[in-house]
Amino acid sequence: MNKFKILTRGFIAENPVFVLLLGMCPTLGVTTSAINGMGMGLATAFVLLMSNIFISSLKNMIPNMVRIPAFIVIIASFVTVVDLVMEAYVPALYESLGLYIPLIVVNCIVLGRAEAFASKNNVINSAIDGLGMGLGFTFALTLLGSVREILGSGAIFNYKFISPDADGLLVFVLAPGAFFALGYLIVIMNSFKKA
Amino acid sequence: MAKDNSNIINMSVTLFLITAISAVVLASVFSLTKEPIAQAKAQKLETAVKNVMPEFDRLEQKEVPAFDMPDKKLLLNIAYKGDEIVGYAINSYTNKGFAGDINVMVGLLVDGTINDTYVLEHKETPGLGSKMSDDKFKNQFKGLNPATKKLFVKKDGGDVDAITAATISSRAFCDALIRAVETLKTMEGKNNE
Amino acid sequence: MEYIIIFISAIFVNNIILAQFLGICPFLGVSSKISTAVGMSGAVIFVMTLASLFTFLINQYVLVSLDITFLQTITFILVIAALVQMVEIILKKISPALYQALGIFLPLITTNCAVLGVAILNIQKEFNLLESLVFTISTAIGFGLAMILFAGLREHTDLLNPPKAMKGAPLSLVTAGILALAFMGFAGLV
Repeated sequence: MNKFKILTRGFIAENPVFVLLLGMCPTLGVTTSAINGMGMGLATAFVLLMSNIFISSLKNMIPNMVRIPAFIVIIASFVTVVDLVMEAYVPALYESLGLYIPLIVVNCIVLGRAEAFASKNNVINSAIDGLGMGLGFTFALTLLGSVREILGSGAIFNYKFISPDADGLLVFVLAPGAFFALGYLIVIMNSFKKA
Repeated sequence: MAKDNSNIINMSVTLFLITAISAVVLASVFSLTKEPIAQAKAQKLETAVKNVMPEFDRLEQKEVPAFDMPDKKLLLNIAYKGDEIVGYAINSYTNKGFAGDINVMVGLLVDGTINDTYVLEHKETPGLGSKMSDDKFKNQFKGLNPATKKLFVKKDGGDVDAITAATISSRAFCDALIRAVETLKTMEGKNNE
Repeated sequence: MEYIIIFISAIFVNNIILAQFLGICPFLGVSSKISTAVGMSGAVIFVMTLASLFTFLINQYVLVSLDITFLQTITFILVIAALVQMVEIILKKISPALYQALGIFLPLITTNCAVLGVAILNIQKEFNLLESLVFTISTAIGFGLAMILFAGLREHTDLLNPPKAMKGAPLSLVTAGILALAFMGFAGLV
């Protein structure tokens, strides 16, 4: 498989959110606005990239039977790094993402890529795979966040285009709207694919 | 693929090494970010105080017990202009929020009226309860005197317009306001004795 | 009274799946039949309660007293992973029948973010031990309730013949959305 294909398949063909349905919790939980979705996506992408690089370079040193715990420790370390750095330098975003940052640890995408790709491929390909999947995840979260923000609060990236006193279709910012928006985004994607 | 000849020695050595290295790395990242995190927090408090106070040139900080819960300490910022006190900014809180605690900085003038409020921290529903930091809701408290107005939502017989579809958050917000007002009163009462 | 409020609010108002979006993976993954949903819920109630108990004590007596709370994430996930393994081994020995029922769901629980999420929430909400146990058990019951209701709905939607693009995940997501909408009606309870 060539490198370009590894990088780009995370966007459409094997998009972690729209196609593989992985990492659903942050996908639904933080996408109340485009900026939140993007922040969460980038944080996850960073963890994915770093853990893929490290796991792939350490793969020959880790005995097979303790593979999973070792991966989890590596992933959890990077998550903690992201957690601390975000708290220090982007406190506002850190607060709105809240609980979902430590929960990157249990995001199925990260452990999934470690086990399915990084533990079997060389460092460069693993890095590209981590980056591709991470950016695909960011793309999906930003898209979902934008849709919910536009419909739900009549704004995009905090810029409000309807009258300041007016409300959007509130349901899209609330919990049920997350399910609806994601469901129909997948429907739209599916109908393009079939056509 | 990883080695298959796992034995108890290489397994424990690898796991030990990985955890030890990650603990060291994390400890150093922690000490590196400790200062910026503290700064970011202080900055936030400062912005909050500036937002709820009239112009001042110096602050005096003090911890006072909440009027209803003597164990819980609230941070009180006394703002001075010259030698005169211009107002008090109390970091009040409520645990009656829809989704957890709400932390509010409440600015009170010397005559007891509310100058302004600033929500420091909340976990309320975005688009509903989160509107308590919007001007539309917040401005009704500006210049309001708690002695003449009742700090309850209209549904409970008070004078406060609740946020549409977020009565619980509005009620909680009022609770935090009352805590600030009463705490200051209790403190002043003690000082006068 | 306080415990009743925690109980009701964790099950209905702030339902862990439908309002907080934790544990969505098993919610969408193993909810095609009511029987598997019941099995998964049982396993989650069991593991979540144990995990919260252990993480609470470790946080209190190890992390806080040594002032190394920045290791919270890493410690909690390891405790949960080890606990799940231990429960699996013990169940196999002691109660093969229960192992038969819950066994296949146990490995899936390590990556169930609801378990780690509740452990962290207990600390964030500054609960004491009893409060966190009540909160955990009610959250787990809320998880089970949503799972089982959703599985019941899916057994029916599986018989439908939706447009091709709607088949599978999208239909489940929209069904979950309607269920979440129904749960919003509980908002006035507390």
